[in-house]
Amino acid sequence: MSVRQQVLMLWLASPSLDARVLGWSFFDGTAGAGPQPSADPPYDSGVAALLDGWRLLQMSPLIPPTPGHERETSFLKHEFVFERLIDV
Amino acid sequence: MFEAVVPDEINALAMERLPQLFRGWLDEFRGVSAGAPDADEREDGSPLPRSGTTLDAAYAPDSPFGALVRLPVIAGAIQSLVGADPVVDHHFVHIKSAGDLHAQGLHCDAIIDQGPAFDIQLFWFPHDVAPGEGGTRFVPGSHLRRVNMDDVARYHHLAGEQYFTGPAGTVIIFHQGLWHAGAPNRGARDRVMGKLRLNPTQPQVRLWDTSDLAARNRNDDHMFARMEPSAVATTLRHSERWYEPSSHRLETVQRSHLWRYLTGDDSFDVDWYLTRTERRAALVAP
Repeated sequence: MSVRQQVLMLWLASPSLDARVLGWSFFDGTAGAGPQPSADPPYDSGVAALLDGWRLLQMSPLIPPTPGHERETSFLKHEFVFERLIDV
Repeated sequence: MFEAVVPDEINALAMERLPQLFRGWLDEFRGVSAGAPDADEREDGSPLPRSGTTLDAAYAPDSPFGALVRLPVIAGAIQSLVGADPVVDHHFVHIKSAGDLHAQGLHCDAIIDQGPAFDIQLFWFPHDVAPGEGGTRFVPGSHLRRVNMDDVARYHHLAGEQYFTGPAGTVIIFHQGLWHAGAPNRGARDRVMGKLRLNPTQPQVRLWDTSDLAARNRNDDHMFARMEPSAVATTLRHSERWYEPSSHRLETVQRSHLWRYLTGDDSFDVDWYLTRTERRAALVAP
């Protein structure tokens, strides 16, 4: 038996972890052997992922806008990365 | 989107010729055709036009793309968006083979294109595309985001994204910046799509039927003051399910800038975002 990592990325509506999910991606180090997301989105908020056992690895820092580009839009702003470790 | 706008005989021609065009491009890309006759002399009747060729000279009327752009509805849409004399940037044929389950990464074409002027891209599906059969994935409202190519490939699922499905002969016209991706094809036949990118050669100012514009184009429509349902602002204020609320307001500002370009009206605004800051700025001595 060995341990593999699953990664869940959530993009939320605000920088707060309890905000609603706008988008998500799932990267599976178990190649399908571990549990899989069963809903779209798999959770309604970042906190809901915590409640299901996911561990938060990283969140987007709050960075002031670049002068002269304050009103431009680009990537989704509030990215949260979670992991869980699965025995396979 | 123009659903089933292309007649069956032109779709049939496309199903015959577009795969040939794709293979011809592959040969060119690989250098197989080095020393072969010039592209303009191809025997299939649908040459790869050089970038910058005027649209009316780029394709023979009896070629698939030539027939497509001469359809009155399509010709009218093109003229409304990029004017009467656009030039061809390029076309490409995308084939998603039956059983190809690879999900292409989300991307926008080319690079970050600055400024309000924009190209259009026609996506032509010459056969029926049912759910799961490789219809292009696309993200409504993504076209004004400043991102480069596939730097958005990380986003596998976004609320409100769509996958094209529709009848044969449907054409979707996208702003060049719209995020999109090839989707898995779980169907039994190859999915064929012809894509044509056109550049404007004139300012894209009031190129469409603007007979109702004056009555709807007021600049004082404000979601916290007075709103008119028929106002342009009502359309431009629309949010997408994948927008952060804070980004939605900035998207509204970007749309206002684009609408100012399209209408030539530098006073246009939605929800007063631009007006209040411009008026304040005018109060400050340089």
